[in-house]
Amino acid sequence: MTMSDTTLMPVARHGFGRLRWIGLVLLTLVVGFALLAPVLTFTDPLQQDLMKALAGPDAAAPFGYDHLGRSLMARLAAALRLSLSIAAASVLTAGIVGVGLGVLSAWRGGWIDRTLCLLADSVLALPGLLMVLIVTAIVADRPLAFWIGLTLVLWIEYFRLTRATVARQLAAPGVQASRLLGFGPGYVFRRHLWPDLAPVLLTVAAFGAGTAIMTIAALGFVSVGMRPPAPELGLMMVELLPYYREAPLALFQPVIAIFLTILALNLLAQGGRR
Amino acid sequence: MTLRALGYRMVQALLVALLVGGLTFLMMQALPGDAAFRIAAGRYGYDMVNAAAAAQVRAELGLDGSGWSAFAAWLGDLLRLDFGTSLISGRPVMEEIRHQLGASLQLAGVSLALSLLIGPPLGVIAGLHAGGWLDRGLLVLSAALRAVPQFLMGLILIVTLSIQLGWLPAAGHGRADHLILPALTLALGLAAISARVTRDAMAGVAARPDYAFGRWKGLSERQMLRRHGLRNIGVPLVTFLGLQLVLLIEGVVVVEAIFGWPGIGHALVHAIFGRDVPMVQGTALLLGLGFVLLNALTDLAAHLIDPRGARTP
Repeated sequence: MTMSDTTLMPVARHGFGRLRWIGLVLLTLVVGFALLAPVLTFTDPLQQDLMKALAGPDAAAPFGYDHLGRSLMARLAAALRLSLSIAAASVLTAGIVGVGLGVLSAWRGGWIDRTLCLLADSVLALPGLLMVLIVTAIVADRPLAFWIGLTLVLWIEYFRLTRATVARQLAAPGVQASRLLGFGPGYVFRRHLWPDLAPVLLTVAAFGAGTAIMTIAALGFVSVGMRPPAPELGLMMVELLPYYREAPLALFQPVIAIFLTILALNLLAQGGRR
Repeated sequence: MTLRALGYRMVQALLVALLVGGLTFLMMQALPGDAAFRIAAGRYGYDMVNAAAAAQVRAELGLDGSGWSAFAAWLGDLLRLDFGTSLISGRPVMEEIRHQLGASLQLAGVSLALSLLIGPPLGVIAGLHAGGWLDRGLLVLSAALRAVPQFLMGLILIVTLSIQLGWLPAAGHGRADHLILPALTLALGLAAISARVTRDAMAGVAARPDYAFGRWKGLSERQMLRRHGLRNIGVPLVTFLGLQLVLLIEGVVVVEAIFGWPGIGHALVHAIFGRDVPMVQGTALLLGLGFVLLNALTDLAAHLIDPRGARTP
């Protein structure tokens, strides 16, 4: 799902705080697992042991083994770390670029505004997955390609919302008073624009991270994303699918992992919408 | 006003073409080795290609000039819709795409129709009885469905309906039952969202004073819904669905690749995999333009349903 849709979606009007809370707890659990799993068991996610292919859990691999006898827990944690860090990096850079250009656009207006809006609209017309797909073909290093591609896709939502919010604020009497009193742009941004912007940005960031994780997994699943033997959620699913009958639980793990991550991010994002 | 909106979409379409052209040009530049040699190899076959043929291609496409002149020639070809020939199959890209477009349109059309049959009716019922058990159930179900990416939905349907129950073929093309699983995959995701949007719009309309007045006047529920309800939720639904259609385009790419459906998305993924730049260009351009076209149709539909406020994007 792209972001432009989700932020415009009408919102149900009950139980907000609770949903957001659940999302935060879920996300903490997922991130905690991704970070702590390698501390608990020191298994290399790439280390194979064919004697243990598709074997059940033991002390070294509490979640069992995959078809090449690699620890599923280590692979799952590594895959989550990869997806989460790419998502965090792209959300961060997209946020910086989008907010910066959005403020610039609203503040300066004129041809800068028109050019940036035209640019945003034309990038928006290209489905995000397509953009990321093409960038992966240009940049050889996959995590880097995902980072660049996702940043190119995600900045637009920040830009559009920042521009709309800031334009409204700049016309408000508070900002005019501050300017008349001689405060600089930095002060105006900190005191007037940021408090209004921050809750919106959290929502955009959470949805953006969800989009990023889904995109990485989807491209992995259709074999144009990360390459084997790298542990990645979509790739793990497609690798384990042929062994579904022998080891349904192995296939189940990356599926549950991605479902919980996206659900957590969606819940977290929804809490911020009014 | 509608004209202005359509003009805006035209500009957007042109920008998409420029963007796809620029990106695929970069892709070409990023390929290892001599681009002219590769194109010549694509044209004449790897056995027939030699330095003279490569030089000829280089002169013809202006590849020896500066990067900018090469880019201008590249864009010129693109704007004349001259994509060249596929580097892999050797057939003209236009011919290949024409073949795949039919398959993609079939899949997208059936999924959209299926999602409209599932989502909005459920949303209307839930919205009319806001707070009821169906409403609550739908809220949870739709939240869960939205946390399932399309490829995962495909995987779940394959595992349950095809592997476990053996009702439907997991992949393929040709028989009617091959269409069901990919179409259902796309439709469920779309239906989850359209059901929520319809529900919220319907609940809003049903709570309005004029709706209460209609009831008080003695109109039956059915009359109320037909005359006052559906028309009022039409515009938000159509506008929102238009925004959601990007899901359909992205979904076509992923779902076709998973189910082996020989459409444009499938071709794009394969072209990326094989670094078949002309095919990437053709398919990406068509998907981008398809998205702009869908948006233009949405503008038009919203205008037809509610001609009062012309909505410029």
